[in-house]
Amino acid sequence: MISTMVLVTGLAVMLIGLWGVLTHRNILRIIISLSLIGTGTHILIVAIGYVRGGTAPIIDGALTVADAPARAVDPIPSALVVTAIVIGLAVTAVLLAYAIRLYDAKKTLSIDAFTESKW
Amino acid sequence: MPRILPAIAIVLVGLIFASIAISYSEQTSLRPLAESYVRLVPQELGAPNVITGILLTFRAFDTIGEVAVLFMVAAGVGLVLSGKTSAEASGSPESKTPASEIVRTATQILLPLIAIFAAYIIMNGHISAGGGFQGGAVIASAVLLLLLANPSQDLNATFLSITESLAGVLFVAVGIAGLVAAGGFLDNRVLPLGEFGAFFSAGAIPVLSVLLGVKVGCELSVILDRFRS
Repeated sequence: MISTMVLVTGLAVMLIGLWGVLTHRNILRIIISLSLIGTGTHILIVAIGYVRGGTAPIIDGALTVADAPARAVDPIPSALVVTAIVIGLAVTAVLLAYAIRLYDAKKTLSIDAFTESKW
Repeated sequence: MPRILPAIAIVLVGLIFASIAISYSEQTSLRPLAESYVRLVPQELGAPNVITGILLTFRAFDTIGEVAVLFMVAAGVGLVLSGKTSAEASGSPESKTPASEIVRTATQILLPLIAIFAAYIIMNGHISAGGGFQGGAVIASAVLLLLLANPSQDLNATFLSITESLAGVLFVAVGIAGLVAAGGFLDNRVLPLGEFGAFFSAGAIPVLSVLLGVKVGCELSVILDRFRS
């Protein structure tokens, strides 16, 4: 139940990001929308790794080694998302660098000014 | 008219997403691969945090690749932003206005605390929630606060790149040591596993965690520095 709610949240965040990419004309807003799509994907992947009644896969007082395979959630999606967040940050950094160069070229951040590479 | 096409696209993608959400059902037990990870990380690697065990031993090769991606981004952002035009020179004086007193005072109080918190996150990666990537990001947030409080602050870029390269070389060296002395590349059993759950335990995982944290922190700081100039 709880993972279904998280999954729906992730899908909704992805939809909001897609809406932003398609409707906004400002490059910075498009970049923010692209990171929203990425964040939604991360939420979605984490939600898929949930196991009913599971807890964090960290062995401590609440989770012994013996019953970890029965009670822990799937650690693989979490490990994937840690890497995906860092790559998402890297992609955003490159996008912002391009945005700075585009602003230098045309003195505006509106996507309507950059039509020469449009087919 | 221009609003209609995005709306149609959103509705269609939303229908696909809805079918995903409806057909999704929670797992009731772990898949075989996940089950073996949860079993093997505490038993064979001696690390209580399964995710850190996966990131820094079983899938550590991916982690190296990812750090390489970060390095390439730092270099790529520098390349894209280099060769500033004349407009940049005229715009720079007003961007150097000092921050307000609240930001500057808060920075003096918070900066050491953030640095200590980052060190705590990095050093406890194998015991509890945390690890090199997370701690490195916290270090970068401290650097960002410093740059916000004092925009003309000098960051020693040479020191940052030397530290970062050294951390990367040591990371690979630990990996090769695993190839020689233990079961394979980046095997953490080159160092004694120690007592389960103790601070100095889990073989090479804390060492790799520190190297990763230093490397990620330096790389993100370099990226922030490139954006400032």
